[in-house]
Amino acid sequence: MFGYYFDLALHSLKRNPVLTALMVLAIGLGIGASMTMVTVLHVMTDDPLPGRSAQLYYPHLDPTPLNYTQNGDSPDPTDNLTWPDAMALLKAHKATRQAAMAGGSLLVRPVRAGMQPFEVDGRYATADFFALFGVPFEHGQGWSAADDTARARVVVLGDALARKLFGHADGIGQTVRLGDNDYRVIGVTADWQPKPMFYADASSQHYSDNDEFFLPLPVAVDQKLQINGNESSWAKHVDPSVMTSDGMSWLQFWVQLDGSAQVAAYRQFLIDYSAQQKALGRFERAPTSAKLYSLMGWLAHENLVPNDVRLQLWLALGFLFVCMVNIVALLLAKFLRRSGEISVRRALGARRGDIFFQLGLESAVIGVAGGMLGLLIAQLGLWSVRHRPDDYAQLAQMDVPMLLGTFALAIVASVLAGLLPAWRACRVPPALQLKTL
Amino acid sequence: MHPILSALKHHKTVVILVVLEIALTCAIVSNALFIIGSHLADMRVHTGVADNELVWATSSGIGDTTTPGRQASRAAADLAALRSMPGVRSAVITNSLPLGITGSWGTCLARKAGGEKPDSVCTVVMYAGTSGVVNTLGIKLSQGRDFLPQEYQDYDPFHGDQPPPPSVIVTRSLAEKMWPGENPLGKAIFLGDKGSDVTHVAGVTDHLLNPSINKYNGADLNLLLPVTSVAGGKYVLRTEPGARDVTLRDLPKVLDGVDDQRIITGSHSYADTVSEYFHDDRALIWLLLVVIGCLLALTALGVVGLSSFWVQQRTHQIGIRRAIGATRGDILRYFQVENFLIVSGGVALGLLLAVALNLLLMKHYELPQLPLYYLPIAALVLWLLGQLAVLGPALRAAAVPPVVATRSV
Repeated sequence: MFGYYFDLALHSLKRNPVLTALMVLAIGLGIGASMTMVTVLHVMTDDPLPGRSAQLYYPHLDPTPLNYTQNGDSPDPTDNLTWPDAMALLKAHKATRQAAMAGGSLLVRPVRAGMQPFEVDGRYATADFFALFGVPFEHGQGWSAADDTARARVVVLGDALARKLFGHADGIGQTVRLGDNDYRVIGVTADWQPKPMFYADASSQHYSDNDEFFLPLPVAVDQKLQINGNESSWAKHVDPSVMTSDGMSWLQFWVQLDGSAQVAAYRQFLIDYSAQQKALGRFERAPTSAKLYSLMGWLAHENLVPNDVRLQLWLALGFLFVCMVNIVALLLAKFLRRSGEISVRRALGARRGDIFFQLGLESAVIGVAGGMLGLLIAQLGLWSVRHRPDDYAQLAQMDVPMLLGTFALAIVASVLAGLLPAWRACRVPPALQLKTL
Repeated sequence: MHPILSALKHHKTVVILVVLEIALTCAIVSNALFIIGSHLADMRVHTGVADNELVWATSSGIGDTTTPGRQASRAAADLAALRSMPGVRSAVITNSLPLGITGSWGTCLARKAGGEKPDSVCTVVMYAGTSGVVNTLGIKLSQGRDFLPQEYQDYDPFHGDQPPPPSVIVTRSLAEKMWPGENPLGKAIFLGDKGSDVTHVAGVTDHLLNPSINKYNGADLNLLLPVTSVAGGKYVLRTEPGARDVTLRDLPKVLDGVDDQRIITGSHSYADTVSEYFHDDRALIWLLLVVIGCLLALTALGVVGLSSFWVQQRTHQIGIRRAIGATRGDILRYFQVENFLIVSGGVALGLLLAVALNLLLMKHYELPQLPLYYLPIAALVLWLLGQLAVLGPALRAAAVPPVVATRSV
């Protein structure tokens, strides 16, 4: 029966090629526009560390004085930690793993002849950073907590920078001049670029920045290396060059917590810590202002998706809706015009369900064709997104679930659009129609 | 009119669907047109500087530039080299440029010494430029005078304790906000954390845009300070009208010639910088235009498809009407009036939807209110579109010969 209905559908569609093309085009345009924006939103809100993100949490303390007001659109200073708070959380060691970190840019001065100095972005972090995030290594390893304490001049390079500096040699044990100091290379990471770069400060380009080196955070503080990101100070007359001040927040802090018991315990620990600091007179706000964000919760809090992208998604979905209304109207007119043919089939013994199935199949055929066209249009749309200057542009690629989703959406949309017309058509009273034939 | 309405009653569902489609199109198109209009208005701004004659570059020094003295001598050497380039009229160092985004400094200005918040104006942008900055950028003063040579001083608002330069140039908007209705010339401004460092207004300019336009800093709330050097500043060159592109090409070589151990981190023509600033606006405008185009085309094709069906379906009836005396014009007008009625229904619903959609956008995306004159524009567009779309099928209907009435089916 399926084959016969399929033939009927093709035959009917061929009878009105212009109209069929119009409906396929409408579905294709609507699906293409929607899937372009859904894909962009999908890659922007994707889990940056699948498998590990569920255990990662971000502690949030509020050391700002009660009379502190944030002006304008400047970033929230409490999204970062001060040096004393970060060190206290680190020393308390209440989580399975914990690391403090901040972004930085340094000038690399290659020793190889003919290479100009260039600037690279990287991260200053404490020892647990690599184990906490599961950073894969190509050669060597990260540094230890002892290296942090000893202010060891060591560096871990990203694979791209290592290749640029040392070619195919692994570079372990070599010296790199970064800024005004020499550092010994102890590790080279494999390609590791979580997107979005969830652990970076709010002011960074979360979708396009990459870390190319990793240095021990205490060394960066000792050497007063330049920090990338928001440094907010609220204490009056704090010299901004004193990074260890308790009146300036600039550090990011991540912890690994296994199981809900540990999460609850850590949340309580943060509240206790705030209460203790309040008792000491350092904090002024209620201890319950301390929060603990999960990784995905933190990304939602950071609100990385620009309003423009959301607006464009709604625009695309609105467009798809108009396309569907258009198709419903056209299919309805088309099916009702075939009342005579339907009545003959009914008179010859076809049940209402058969007619409904036959017409539903016809709309599904339009959906499949529209889905294929939509896929092409979505690829074109994503190609144009990739040529935008936005920092998420390069990520706009369709993966397999999105590809299947496109087809599913196209077929669901067209079958939905066909439901009302098919239902109306199968309720045509056959006797009345046959009389007029 | 009456027969048309009763005929439409037989196709209630189809008519409702078409009305709905036109209404949605009307709502989306009017809001999209409005968004395009407001972005176009944003893009029609005057930067207040000589857009087409400026070239700028940034470099990251490698030599030891930590002491202010060495920084100043390096800057002087660079500027001397840049000024000697053919086609370059003058060169200065500034912290930022209008619509240049980077290097922006914000501050609070107090009207009285030690001024507290109520007595000061905040989120003011500070420009700082070296000797000749007003003429190099092409800032037009509407009141007062340019800086005197001795007024350029060593000053950095973030480091050190030097007093600010004695004179500043303010924009008209800043003057109006600081001293509404008063003559700003010679007025004192207090800077710094304690509001203790005093400077005076020497000149006023009507136009000088901020490094970026946003709702907190406004469009042109800023002042210009005369300084001798700017840490991490931009080299800005004013060229002869035709010499811009050549200057831009040779600029990195000239800077490298002074010191080959530096990195030129960027060199741009200022016109490109302005164009880059509005890139997102342009991208959105094109996107919306494509959406509007597709929506209108879709609606028109939908109307064509539907009218064609109705013409085919009514061939027999049209023949009968023709046979009993209706002219071709009557038939043509019938379909045109029918289309007009349907589109009018859609437009009526669409205008309501447009206002509702605008309210939604205002709530979630901080868009301003839709001006009412956009609504008749959208309505007119849809009426025209409907009439154009129905013309083909209606002409085909009018061409139906009366003899069809005598045939059975």
